[in-house]
This record gives sequence, structure tokens and C-alpha cells, in this order.
Amino acid sequence: MPRGFSHILNSSPLEPGELQLDIDSVFLAFGGVQALSGVSLQVRQSEIAAIIGPNGAGKTSLLNCVSGLYHPQEGSIRFHNQSAHTLTDLKPYQIAKLGIARSFQNIELFKHMTVLDNLMLGRHVHLKSNIFSGGLYWGRAQREEVENREFLEDIIDLLEIEPIRKQAVGTLSYGLQKRVELGRALALQPSLLILDEPMAGMNMEEKEDMARFVLDINEEHGVTIVIIEHDMGVVMDISDHIVVLDFGVKIGDGTPAEVQRDPAVIQAYLGQDHSVL
Amino acid sequence: MESGIFHTRYESDMALRRTPLMRWRIYLAVAFLLIFPFVGNSYTLTLADQIGIAAIGAIGLNILTGFTGQISLGQGGFMAIGAYTSGVLTTHMGLPWWLTIPIACIMTALVGGIFGIPSLRLKGLYLAIATLAAQQIIQWAIVRSALGTDALVVPPIKVLGTTLNKLRIGPFGGVDFWFYWIIYLFLALTILFTVNLFRTKVGRAFIAIRDQDIAAEVMGVNLFRYKLLSFATSSFIVGLAGALLAQYRGIVNYERFTIDASIFYLAVIIIGGLGSVSGSVYGAIFMTLLPAILSNLGRSLGSTAPAIARLVPFVQQGVFGLTIVLFLVFEPEGLAKIWRNIKDYFRLWPFSY
Ligand SMILES: Nc1ncnc2c1ncn2[C@@H]1O[C@H](COP(=O)(O)OP(=O)(O)O)[C@@H](O)[C@H]1O
Ligand SMILES: [Mg+2]
Repeated sequence: MPRGFSHILNSSPLEPGELQLDIDSVFLAFGGVQALSGVSLQVRQSEIAAIIGPNGAGKTSLLNCVSGLYHPQEGSIRFHNQSAHTLTDLKPYQIAKLGIARSFQNIELFKHMTVLDNLMLGRHVHLKSNIFSGGLYWGRAQREEVENREFLEDIIDLLEIEPIRKQAVGTLSYGLQKRVELGRALALQPSLLILDEPMAGMNMEEKEDMARFVLDINEEHGVTIVIIEHDMGVVMDISDHIVVLDFGVKIGDGTPAEVQRDPAVIQAYLGQDHSVL
Repeated sequence: MESGIFHTRYESDMALRRTPLMRWRIYLAVAFLLIFPFVGNSYTLTLADQIGIAAIGAIGLNILTGFTGQISLGQGGFMAIGAYTSGVLTTHMGLPWWLTIPIACIMTALVGGIFGIPSLRLKGLYLAIATLAAQQIIQWAIVRSALGTDALVVPPIKVLGTTLNKLRIGPFGGVDFWFYWIIYLFLALTILFTVNLFRTKVGRAFIAIRDQDIAAEVMGVNLFRYKLLSFATSSFIVGLAGALLAQYRGIVNYERFTIDASIFYLAVIIIGGLGSVSGSVYGAIFMTLLPAILSNLGRSLGSTAPAIARLVPFVQQGVFGLTIVLFLVFEPEGLAKIWRNIKDYFRLWPFSY
């Protein structure tokens, strides 16, 4: 039984519905490959926005631009909390400090660290100890570790990973690793949570768990979520807002119902599989 | 043996030694270290002192290479900075020996930090070459400076106005005896500092950089800053090993700090266990005792079988290389892992299968 969650996961000061992420005509090319051609989209506080599209459409690339891992040649990406920030001018670690956390398409955990240490690393931007106080493990450094451990126990409860908290992450199953990666992102107390295919490669039951966690995080805590997902059933169920990419171009944007009716979207998907929508 | 122990507070669950067994092992080790100098002879004390200094140096290197994943071939050079700083400050500036040690540490940390700058751009083999360059530059700078290739003679250290070799308590005394306490005090501090470091923010960031640098950065770790911090912290401790060596030996010679020293320390941490503090100590014990045992063997064979005894120096080189290769192939996680396996075996005993 999950005990009551005593910490706030969402660190955004915005009211639900206020503009949080504003991506404006982003162009990104790798040599000759045009990964993104003038993509714009807006994400509002406390919504679940899904980005869909076939493999190679540029979904991951777009989110890598938000994280500061890729630098678009043109366009701007702005993020709002107390003030507006231009993400394209910032380094990834500065973007994390703004409260943007993410998981990766191919799990990028710290394999030799325990689950707890992975989650604690997610607290990095909130911790204040330095090399001296840490090396002494005295006073504030120790207090800080214990306080943050309490916070992490809430996340551990939420994600139902109590039995594995002291295991090295590398020894866990794929499904559990995906869950720990979500936990690490949550540990940052994100204003904006980015999930790149969190359910890929999972079985039905694992997918249902993950979908439930995503909904919990959004509904209970009001965290804004941008999710890339291929399972259309899940996407249509949980999203407030869907953006469709194809070959680096945005071909659809709207509520699940609108996107499902959109001729351009149907056209793009018709070439592949009638049943996906 | 560990089942049945439940922690009711996060403080105790997060303590370093969480079970009575773990605590007893520490008490035993400390008791052994306290008794050892009174039962050992000057030869075993010399070995113990060498082990202590090697352990400090190995922990220093392990912070950078084992924990942060930044391979370094500059260890010898960084140790030289510590040794020469301490040596020159005592010899030419007349500073008391104990004051030169922290200065040497800080100096080495600065130099290490500067030579860590390329690590932002370079990884793996390329970083190895860059740190090799650091090694050569430092060595070159020392030989070309006023210090030259002559050995620097450091005056014997004094405590309470007396040099150590004259200071005695009953039958106990001598440089090796007294230095034992100095070295092991510093080793204890180094171990405590390092173990604490790796259960708090900065140390965790180091390990995260080793395991997945991009994910670390996306979670808020400033890679450049933390890599430099790792170089500086590592070098600080390596500088301590160098400074202790200078004061202990009473002589500083650049030949002790060549690429050979860098490779020796890499071997220590590979054999002991990359990313393990206790492994650094095991490795230092192993790599100090192995050559000593081999040369004793050679000496005892010298009279009975001189033909074999003549081969001993070559065997020594061969065994050195062979052990590294065997460890890399069969137990890349080193002695620390072997020790863990033994402990696990007995933890589950009698159901050890
Ligand atoms: N680091 C990179 N270097 C070169 N090309 C890349 C890189 N990342 C992505 N691409 C290219 O950009 C396009 C979009 O890829 P990606 O964003 O991964 O698509 P998706 O996530 O929608 O499957 C692909 O053609 C891919 O090959
Ligand atoms: Mg992708």
C-alpha cells in the first residue's frame, strides 16, 4: 500500500494551462540529413503532450534540442517558470537546473550505482554539500543525505520499487530499469518531464503500470509531461494534446480526437498501417 | 548472517558499517595496525610504510580513474609535484616539514586541475595520451629547472627538536617506526575522506560521469567543473603521497616519478579494484609485497641455486606483467571483488551454492 506522498513533485510556479514550453520553427540538420524542418509546438502547464510519428521522424532530435544536447541551426526554444529562458543558449546542466528532467529512449542509467544512488543523483541540483562538507560527512552534509533519502522513499513508493532500492541498476530487468529511469527524472522535482518511449519493449502489464505512473504524476502532482510513444492506444488514452511529426515536419497538432480525424495524419500513416490510428 | 538486521532510521541504514560484523572487521584491522609497529622489525616496518604511501597514492589515482573514469598516465608527474614541493620548501625555504605537506597537496591539486582541462574534450585513449603528455612535461620541467637531475636531499624531520632516528620510547623508535604513525594517520584520513566523498553529492557525480556522462549532464552535473574537481581532488591526495615519500625517504629524485610510477599505480588499482577504496589498499599491499617476496626468494636461492637466482630479476618483471594480464582477463574488478565473493560465500553458508 502506498503511504501518503508527503513531498511535492512539481516545482513549476505556473498555473495549469499557462504556456510553459514554446518551440518556434526549429531547424536541425546533421550534415545532409534534415532532421527537423521548422517545427513549432507549444506545451502548457500540467498537460500531457505526446509526440508521435514514424521512426526517424525527428522526435528524439526535437527533445534533444530541448535538453540542450543538440543545437538547432535556426529557431528558438523558450521555457517559462518565474521568467522566460531561451534554452538554445543554455548547456544541458543549466537546463536541468530550470527543472527540466527526462528519460532516454535507450536507458541511460548509471549501471554500477544502486537504485537509491541513481535516484539521489537525480537530486543533484537540489543538494548543497561540497567536496569538503561531503568528505567530512558532518552536520549539514549528513542531514541533507537523510532528508533527501526521505524524499526518495516517496518516489520509491510511488513507483513500487521498494524491494530493489539497494540493487545495482545493471542487474535489473529492462522493465524495472525503465521505471528507475523515470524515478531518477522525478527526483529532480521537474517542472517539465520529458519521456522518450518509456513503454517501448515492455509487455502489456508493464505498459499498464507505466501508463498509470505517468497519469499519477500528471494528475496528482500536476507535472507537465512531454512523451514520445508508439503505442497509439496508450497515446490516445492519456494525452491532452498530440503532435505528429513526419520526416522532420509537423503534420498534425491537436487533441486526440482532432488528430485522429486529420486527413494529413491519416495520409501519412496510411502508407504504413491502417490500424494504428 | 545479515538477515534479521533491520534499520528503523535512515541514519543507521545509511551508515558506512551497517552491521556488527562490518564494525568488528574494522575494529580488528585498527587493532592490528596499532599493534603491528611494536611487533614488526625494521624490514617489515619499511614494507608497511611503503604500503601506506602506495595506498594513499592509489586512492588518489582511483578517485580519478576508477571512480570518475578519467584514465590518467600522469600519476608519476603529479607525485613528483608533491614530492618536490615538499622537498624544496623544507630544504631551500626552511619550512617545517608538517607545513610543507598541505602546501604540496594544494600545489599538486592546482597542477592536476590544469592538466585536467583537456578532459572536457578528450576521452579514453586520447585522454591517456594527454595525461602522458602531462607526465612528460612535468618531468621535463623538473629536469630543466634549477633542480636538474641531481637528487634533492631533504633534511631529516624533527619532532620536539630531535630527529626521528634519535627519538626513542624504550626499545621502539627509528625513522620507520615513527613514520609508520605519520603515514597511517594520513592514510586513515584519506580513507575516511574518500569513503564519505562517495556517499555524498560530489562523489556520486564523479561516478555518474564515469557510468554515463551525458545522462549525468542532463541531470544537472556540470561536466567540466566536476571533471576538473576530480582531477584536483585526486591530485591533492597523490600530492600527499609524494610529499610523504619525500619526507620519509629524505631524498627526492625525478627517476622515482617517471612513467614507470604511473604504470605501477595503474597496476595497483587494476589489481586492487577500480572504483574501490578498499581495493586500492589491497592492491598497494599486493604490489608492494609481491616484488619483496620474489627478491627474498631470489636471495635465498642465491646460495643454493645461483643459476635460478640470476633469473629472478627477469621473473620479477614477468610476474608483474602476468599478474596484470591475469587480473584483467579473469577478475577485472580486482582483489576487492575476490574479497566480496569470499564474504558472500560465507554470508550464505551453509547454503553457499
Ligand atoms: N546524432 C546524430 N547524428 C546524425 N544523425 C542523427 C543524429 N541524431 C538523429 N539523427 C538523424 O535524424 C533523424 C531523426 O532521428 P530521431 O530524432 O532519432 O528520430 P525518431 O526519434 O523520431 O525516431 C534520423 O534520420 C537520424 O538518423
Ligand atoms: Mg527516437
